[in-house]
Amino acid sequence: MYKDVIIPDVDEFKHEGGEHEYIDDLEQLSEEDRQQMILAGIDVKEEQRSGTYIQEDQSVVHCKAKQEGVEVMDVRTALEKHEWLKDYMWSGVNPEADEYTKKAYEKPHYGYFIRVLPGVKTTYPVQACLYLETDNLSQNVHNIIIAEEDSELHIITGCATKPHLQSGLHIGISEFFVKKGAKLSFTMIHNWAEGVYVRPRSVAMVEEDGLFVNNYISLRNVKSLQMYPTTHLNGPNAIARYNSILVAPEGSHMDVGGRVILKREGCRAEIVARTLSTGGKIIARGHLVGEVPGIKAHLECKGLILGDGLIHAIPELEGKAPDLEMSHEAAVGRIGQEEIEYLMARGLSEDEATSVIVRGFLNVDIKGLPEQLQREIDRAIEQGEGKFF
Amino acid sequence: MLEIVDLKVEVEGKIILEHIDLEVPEGKTYILFGPNGSGKTSLLRTIMGFSGYNVVEGKIYFKGKDITDLPINERARMGIGMSFQHPPAIDGIKVKDLLKICGAKDEEIPELARKVNFEHFLDRDVNVGFSGGEIKRSEILQLMAQQPDLLLIDEPESGVDLENIPLIGRVLNFLLKGINGNGKKYCLREEREARKRSGLIITHTGYILDYVDADLATVLFHGRIACSGNPRELLKGISEHGYEECVKCIRM
Repeated sequence: MYKDVIIPDVDEFKHEGGEHEYIDDLEQLSEEDRQQMILAGIDVKEEQRSGTYIQEDQSVVHCKAKQEGVEVMDVRTALEKHEWLKDYMWSGVNPEADEYTKKAYEKPHYGYFIRVLPGVKTTYPVQACLYLETDNLSQNVHNIIIAEEDSELHIITGCATKPHLQSGLHIGISEFFVKKGAKLSFTMIHNWAEGVYVRPRSVAMVEEDGLFVNNYISLRNVKSLQMYPTTHLNGPNAIARYNSILVAPEGSHMDVGGRVILKREGCRAEIVARTLSTGGKIIARGHLVGEVPGIKAHLECKGLILGDGLIHAIPELEGKAPDLEMSHEAAVGRIGQEEIEYLMARGLSEDEATSVIVRGFLNVDIKGLPEQLQREIDRAIEQGEGKFF
Repeated sequence: MLEIVDLKVEVEGKIILEHIDLEVPEGKTYILFGPNGSGKTSLLRTIMGFSGYNVVEGKIYFKGKDITDLPINERARMGIGMSFQHPPAIDGIKVKDLLKICGAKDEEIPELARKVNFEHFLDRDVNVGFSGGEIKRSEILQLMAQQPDLLLIDEPESGVDLENIPLIGRVLNFLLKGINGNGKKYCLREEREARKRSGLIITHTGYILDYVDADLATVLFHGRIACSGNPRELLKGISEHGYEECVKCIRM
């Protein structure tokens, strides 16, 4: 049966060390690192990517932009280059929010800066990988992502660890700025290890007619994951969509949610989560706050339990004005025998039928996502599938 | 093809079928009549092997083999196919994926779907938001992909609007004849000779009899076989006098 995780103090991890050399070509990565990154959606040939940022432990090991109008840098270099950037840093996330955020403020280890200039649309997604290599190390990154007016930016970010990493902490501060009429999709594929603690802390600011799509996929073991990304829809007709696909194997503890605050007329938000526990614990939260009349928001949280798992769905709707439309549907359960037998009547064994139903359950069609990224998600699910049972 | 011997079935502690003896030979199509709750659907589900339908006594043989204790998928693999009256919806699985599971090849799927006017549903999730008629067409389509030797069909016409009944009827007829409606014309004798498939069809209205050559009908009443006979004659008797009278008359 499920046991709760004891979270070590943030200072039990090393915040110094873990230096690695810069490489010009991802071909220079070791074979095992390359395989781990591929599993997290990274294209190591960089053919279908508009830019790449790779950070191992506390060092930037590779960074480039391949398209005019697209900037990809480590955040320190970006701060030197852009005087104005300091006004963006920590404008969304409060450094005092908790001990992890505080640590990332006091002991930052780079992080990426990705920006598209006004009107520019990325041909291919920009990719970023944050990689943990050294045992018992804390990686504290601060990422800034800016989609300028009328631009379109797609980012895929894969987080992974060296195989057999015993223990580690990842703190990731991310601040997103979606300007007027811009579209930003952020797809995060996590591939952590059994002994890793993960604390992403992200806030997005979306202006008028802006669209922010936040996709989160985690299909492997992780000791403890806790995050609650918040999006502020600050301009009229701004839209936020969250899609999460989470699998918690035995020994994993995930406390994951999303919050969207709809502040202006015409704003819309949708939070969709599919959670599967094969023995771990998942707390699936969601919080929608409607502050003005005429907004629309929907939250959908479906959980499936196989074996001795635990799923706790906590959907919250908070309406602060008349004439708003907010709804949620939450369901937690196991696979119905009827569904399994229906597929068995079409020739599948019980295990095959279960596997097909689980795959279908995790198969979320994500609107507005480039086909390549949908493929990466499908591939991640396919590869994860063998390990679900 | 199918032989049921002195079958007794219990569901949740209640006997719902008793003393069932039924043989459906190769190439024959039998009709099951009976009022609501008489055990028709239970009989089909027991033949298919669904959980909750416990065979207390008796045996089911298919192609000469005792299948009484076989899992559902092994019965399906031996050639039993069933169309469901109320199938479950399955999120994230598209109709075309299910057709592949049933055994259809990629390239034949659009053509098969066209035969039941279902091309526009291939990318929809299985049974999610389907109307009664759409479910029927989807079920028949799956059987067309599956090509079973014994078809168990639960009320093919219920929920189908009148103009779609001929379509369902014709396709089902093709399916029973094992010719999958490939457009080739067969004369009646050829058709009958070609028939290797067997069918067991539940119907309330009997509309399906206009399209399918049924050889025999059996009436289930309170979980037992009340009588058997010519499908049209039995249907006429039932619709004129009702099941109670019909059963009484036969018992006398």
